[in-house]
Amino acid sequence: MLPEAFEVFAREAATVGNASSLHGAGRRARKVVEESREKLATAVGAKPQEIIFTASGTEANNLAVKGMFWHTQRKNPQRRAICSTPIEHHAILDPLEWLEREQHASLYLAAVDESGVTSEENVAEIFSEHGDEISFATVMHSNNEVGAVQPVAEIAAIAREYQIPFHTDAVQSFGKVSLHFAELGVDAMTISGHKIGGPLGVAALVAKKNLGLTPLLHGGGQERDVRSGTLHTPAIAAFATAAEISQQRLASNHAHIRALREMLITGITQSVPDVSVNGGAHTLPGIAHFTFVGAEGDALLLLLDAQGVQCSTGSACSAGIAQPSHVLLAMGRAPKVARSSIRFSIGPTTTEGDINRAISVIGEVATRARAAGVK
Amino acid sequence: MKVIAAMSGGVDSAVAAARVAEAGHEVIGVHLALSSNPQKYRSGARGCCTIEDSHDARRAADIIGIPFYIWDMAEEFHEGVVQNFLSEYSAGNTPNPCLRCNEKIKFEAVLKRARAMGYDAVATGHYAKRVDSESGPMLFRADDMSKDQSYVLAVLSQDQLAGALFPLGDTVKSDIRKEAEARGFALAQKPDSHDICFVPSGDNAGWLRDRLGSEVGEIVDEAGAVLGLHKGAYTYTVGQRRGLGLTIPAENGRARYVLRVEPIPNRVVVGSREDLAITDISGADVKWCGPVAPIGEHRGLAQVRAHGAALPCTYQWDGQRLSATLDVPLFGLAPGQALVIYEAERAVASATIDWTK
Repeated sequence: MLPEAFEVFAREAATVGNASSLHGAGRRARKVVEESREKLATAVGAKPQEIIFTASGTEANNLAVKGMFWHTQRKNPQRRAICSTPIEHHAILDPLEWLEREQHASLYLAAVDESGVTSEENVAEIFSEHGDEISFATVMHSNNEVGAVQPVAEIAAIAREYQIPFHTDAVQSFGKVSLHFAELGVDAMTISGHKIGGPLGVAALVAKKNLGLTPLLHGGGQERDVRSGTLHTPAIAAFATAAEISQQRLASNHAHIRALREMLITGITQSVPDVSVNGGAHTLPGIAHFTFVGAEGDALLLLLDAQGVQCSTGSACSAGIAQPSHVLLAMGRAPKVARSSIRFSIGPTTTEGDINRAISVIGEVATRARAAGVK
Repeated sequence: MKVIAAMSGGVDSAVAAARVAEAGHEVIGVHLALSSNPQKYRSGARGCCTIEDSHDARRAADIIGIPFYIWDMAEEFHEGVVQNFLSEYSAGNTPNPCLRCNEKIKFEAVLKRARAMGYDAVATGHYAKRVDSESGPMLFRADDMSKDQSYVLAVLSQDQLAGALFPLGDTVKSDIRKEAEARGFALAQKPDSHDICFVPSGDNAGWLRDRLGSEVGEIVDEAGAVLGLHKGAYTYTVGQRRGLGLTIPAENGRARYVLRVEPIPNRVVVGSREDLAITDISGADVKWCGPVAPIGEHRGLAQVRAHGAALPCTYQWDGQRLSATLDVPLFGLAPGQALVIYEAERAVASATIDWTK
């Protein structure tokens, strides 16, 4: 957590008050929540009324996906189709698949190219073929594994033409690239606290006021009657502080991170000449994604971990077994190649020393991991 | 040394990992995912590969303070152990999957991967001892004879043994539980696993029938007279007496036992207990878990079941096959089981039994 955000978090956590209570302590908490809402709205280019606080990005995505589907279903039962992409985060893909399995939704996934980017044409094609059936569309702002930034504003324009509600999962982009809800033209957008130096356990669905959403959680109706649950005032306040700071520092962080990414890519390609770098020209600054053909991602992770360098492979299944990344598979990579890939994340606190450390060990790590082989 | 501690989520492997770490080695804990479709929770005392088990292993690694990873060995396990189990049964043999798992997975696939990645050894919670000598590492029985697992480790080569650590060989199981308790492992009172880990129901015959079919066949005596019917010859084991469901009693009124299982023509042959007596055992696929004995005859002990008795014998090694002549006959021995020769407490060699008399 950013020190400034932590300070706010600690101050609020030490204070009594439920933002829904009418007494003095409650009113004080409510004030903090509403100021935070305004601060966050400014940081993200939205109106305060458009911010719905949730307890995680996953919850916000589920609220968007199921909430929009259920709402349109009630008004228009023949709209059972959903348009998305195959590279979404599991917090989108899994609820989509759940709707397909349990509620007879049909999914149309717009293909991505080999650098992991979909096109407005691919989405437009689905809209033109299935426009009458489509309940809503959701396309991530940028991919969390390879960093590929998607043409979300362009897709939003097409969605408006077809009058299809459109959501974007912007968890990965927020605080990394400039993000303006109103200018983007989407109907709903997910952002999360811990990705920007805020606390874990707080996120928001930014949603236009006229967007119909059926609630997932019923109870006190705290957030626009769409989301119930006692508001986590300390987390919300710290989230807003982190959002404000990340916007202020966007340009300088961007330059710092971009430079370190270049340094890492140059260093690794020099140490391991046959490595390949995934993601196209337009990627997030803080993600460097590599394929080491002939090595298992989990062996690379283990060996780097032992050297104090932390990287990620794709996601793990419920048994904790590393799975070939669905993102790389959708980008046309063979399962074997997908299993041979790892991701480095670079943030504002990453130093040149960290990058040099990774570069200095990668040669031997790659050799050992390759000796261990790939299935 | 750099050591991979194989952690099943059970008491033994957790204490083994803790002991290796405490001895000052650089240790990482690895849980082997052996099923591509694991069950979420353990049911009873069976199996060892549920998600709950990997969670238990992770918690033990946290307490020990070592990194923890899960290695996907499901494909290797399926090919090397499960398929082998099925093909052996369909050939009328009685295989021992734990032994295959040690031979093909723990001290082959895992050890190979560990070595390639710069690690020196794999530590497990097996009850056995490795003793290093001038002629290389040797395998000995554990101090706790009731838990001794040297039988299922006797398939290891000396090279595999050189990369194996058995930190529990000098301790009895009850003390291991106490140690686990003292170390604060929540799994200290977890029941021992029994049976075959990939047959979580414990119903071996049912599991085999699901996969190999249940074609009805005849149960016959040595003269070929039909005495009853069965549903799949491979669900019977040599020496078995119960559950034969014979409708025609023996003339002498005595119990009958399975003498042979003949997958072709799907027939089970039964006879008297005397017919089960065996004094000569011979096997191929010989593995020396210590120095290779000179060609010729030697005195030793033969063990043919995981928890069977060690029977005094004279064993012969002709450079290809390992054979044993027992001092006193043994009743009922299924082909496919391992013959393990011991000299006192030392496991000498193993072979897969394919001939008995």
